[in-house]
Amino acid sequence: MDRMSPISVLVRNETGVLSRVSGLFARRGFNIHSLAVGETDDPNVSRISVVVAGEPPVIEQVVKQLRRLVSVIKVSDLTDKPRVERGLALIKVKAEPARRGELLQLAAVFRARVDHVDNDCLILEVTGNREKVEAFIDIMRPHGILEMARTGQIAMARGRGPMADYWAGGGPDQPEEEATYNLARTSDPNWDGEQTNAFPEREEK
Amino acid sequence: MNTPAKPIDPQQSGQPFTGADAVVAGLKHQGVEMIFGMIGGQIMPVYDALFKDGGIKHIIVGHEQGAAHMAEGYARATGKVGVVLTTSGPGATNLVTGLADAFMDSTPLVAITGQVSSGLLGNDAFQEADMRGITMPITKHNYQINSVEELPEVLAEALFVALSGRPGPVLIDLPRDVAVAPCSRVLAAPSAPTGYKPPYRGHPLQIGRALKVLRTARRPVILAGGGVVSAGAHEELTALAETAGIPVTTSLMGLGALPADHALFLGMPGMHGTGYANLALHQADVILCVGTRLDDRITGKLEAFAPRAALIHVDVDASEIGKNLPCAVPIVGDAKPVLKALAQGAAGWEAKPDYGPWRRQIAGWKRRYPMTYAERPGVLAPQRVVETLGALLPPEAVIVTGVGQHQMYTAQFYPFRRPRTLITSGGLGTMGFGLPAAIGAKLGRPEREVFLIDGDGSFLMTIQELATAVRYRVPVVALILNNSFLGMVRQWQEMFYDQRQAETDLQPPPYAEVARAFGGLGRRVTAQEDLEPALAWARRQAAERRLPVVLDVAVQRDALVLPMVPPGGANAEFIPCPGQKKED
Repeated sequence: MDRMSPISVLVRNETGVLSRVSGLFARRGFNIHSLAVGETDDPNVSRISVVVAGEPPVIEQVVKQLRRLVSVIKVSDLTDKPRVERGLALIKVKAEPARRGELLQLAAVFRARVDHVDNDCLILEVTGNREKVEAFIDIMRPHGILEMARTGQIAMARGRGPMADYWAGGGPDQPEEEATYNLARTSDPNWDGEQTNAFPEREEK
Repeated sequence: MNTPAKPIDPQQSGQPFTGADAVVAGLKHQGVEMIFGMIGGQIMPVYDALFKDGGIKHIIVGHEQGAAHMAEGYARATGKVGVVLTTSGPGATNLVTGLADAFMDSTPLVAITGQVSSGLLGNDAFQEADMRGITMPITKHNYQINSVEELPEVLAEALFVALSGRPGPVLIDLPRDVAVAPCSRVLAAPSAPTGYKPPYRGHPLQIGRALKVLRTARRPVILAGGGVVSAGAHEELTALAETAGIPVTTSLMGLGALPADHALFLGMPGMHGTGYANLALHQADVILCVGTRLDDRITGKLEAFAPRAALIHVDVDASEIGKNLPCAVPIVGDAKPVLKALAQGAAGWEAKPDYGPWRRQIAGWKRRYPMTYAERPGVLAPQRVVETLGALLPPEAVIVTGVGQHQMYTAQFYPFRRPRTLITSGGLGTMGFGLPAAIGAKLGRPEREVFLIDGDGSFLMTIQELATAVRYRVPVVALILNNSFLGMVRQWQEMFYDQRQAETDLQPPPYAEVARAFGGLGRRVTAQEDLEPALAWARRQAAERRLPVVLDVAVQRDALVLPMVPPGGANAEFIPCPGQKKED
């Protein structure tokens, strides 16, 4: 099975930018597993968190194609990075009063919140990484899921990652003196993780 | 032509300076001298501003697709950005083919399209089309301007984006209310959008690795593409090839980067490439790819392409590296500084690698599979026409083509000796590209002879631009290799569809007469001995009378473009030129 790669994309917050990104995925046949978009603390910048299913060469192309978009400020592939990853699901599950206790116990195991109770059903809210959310859904399924809504997964590198440098005022990309070589991960060391090239210095014109 | 006797100064005339005026002032500020386009309802304010200003030459076209191709021809011949101006709706959608073509061939264009007023957007108003949505996949970037305040910056940014990094088309959709809104007189300097940082110098470490790989190579080849031409890196390419003694093959888009008569030049590889270029790539142990997409017309069957070679890939667009083939040494950077650094590095080699045996092996293939063609008395071979023209024209003459057999004959048999002397639709393969692109090229480089080599099918597709060439007295010579067929498709029908000629037998109109009816000049050529006199006549007429000249040349109906790698086949298994036998 293809691996799931969480990729964070900082984009200029302008109309049509989501369409540019999603259109790129559709056009090039990249397989989006989940997608979440939100503002950042800079009103001019949005963050798109996308989880892509694919082998490493495909993920490399995803990152490079995203970087080609002029509206994209920064792309970070978090696949091999220590990270925090969260998604949320609302699950409406059948719960006659007699079954309620068992469901609430299961919810407690997953630290799911109870958002609604009546004599028919419960609405449970679970937060966590993909595995946890999916495990909870699997547990709930035999009880009869009436309705479900899920957010896309959002992810953030632990420690001071490349995105943090952007917020620190360092600008989108800093040239690196030495590229890191990781040919197993990508055939292109210049592009392993971050853009490495300085602002263009045309000699002529 | 539509310039008033005295330019009106909007300040003195008392009229307010508007968004439309800002468009014209901004384009002028950035050195735009010529615009290709057609007026219509929603773009009228900009045309009015152009008229009042009078400082930019505008070319009225027959059809907006022609405007896009003219701008492409202009941009490719000059290296400057081509600018297109059309109205909303159909005026704008007619640009789609041209924008897609420019996107595939990395041609810098800025298209400004009128749009219905912001208040009507999304209401299916008259002549409304969502150009931002439509052109998203076929432009490098596009904009819809929301307010007049952002207009100067967007304009400056658009030109910067179109020309920088890997060049490409940019579209600006301009709603009418923005065009007529009062605007403060700001002229923005060209600037990069946040986060847009095209690479330039390659990473020195990677360049060092590439040199190491090249130095230990025994059978290296350089494969240069259109990126070398657009980066102006032809001298650096020649320097590297000569310093290291490495043979060079160029893609269709790269022709002219190394002179065709250079001893190290192998011609074009791929589907209709030379046998020796394909064999050299097949046997190579290292291929230095520069500014090429390694597309399917070059590689043939991917798994069988250059099976022994490690690839060094230089491209300004990182996404091209590793896209089709795994790459051993990627270098993200502009071809010019990277090739310069590689040439300098190679010049510093203490013990020069000896590629002599390899060059001798290639020379053997050159003798075995020379570029030849079949001739028979009474009817001109299309290749002969191209060769004759090639022997006649000076090296700096610009050749423009349409798409089809004639395009491949030109690539195979015309001796391109300078960069930017071939302007052709490489990636998208747009029939009808030729005539408007030739007009644009001639308008951009009036001092050069511009020849269009076209097919009878391609020429018909944008024939209305003859009116444009006559109107502005653009003396291009159109040489039509007329086989009364959609020849390339007919070739495939003959080779792969058991001779069934479905809808390829074209009975084209008498092009020489058509040209005369448009107000140009035309002559039909059928006999071999008439060819050279007709070419001399056409060149003289074009120069003296400043009019387009059409030479409608009847050529063999059944000629085939050879060599050919059958579609899906391996490059080394090419079908050779007539009379040659392939050895395994």
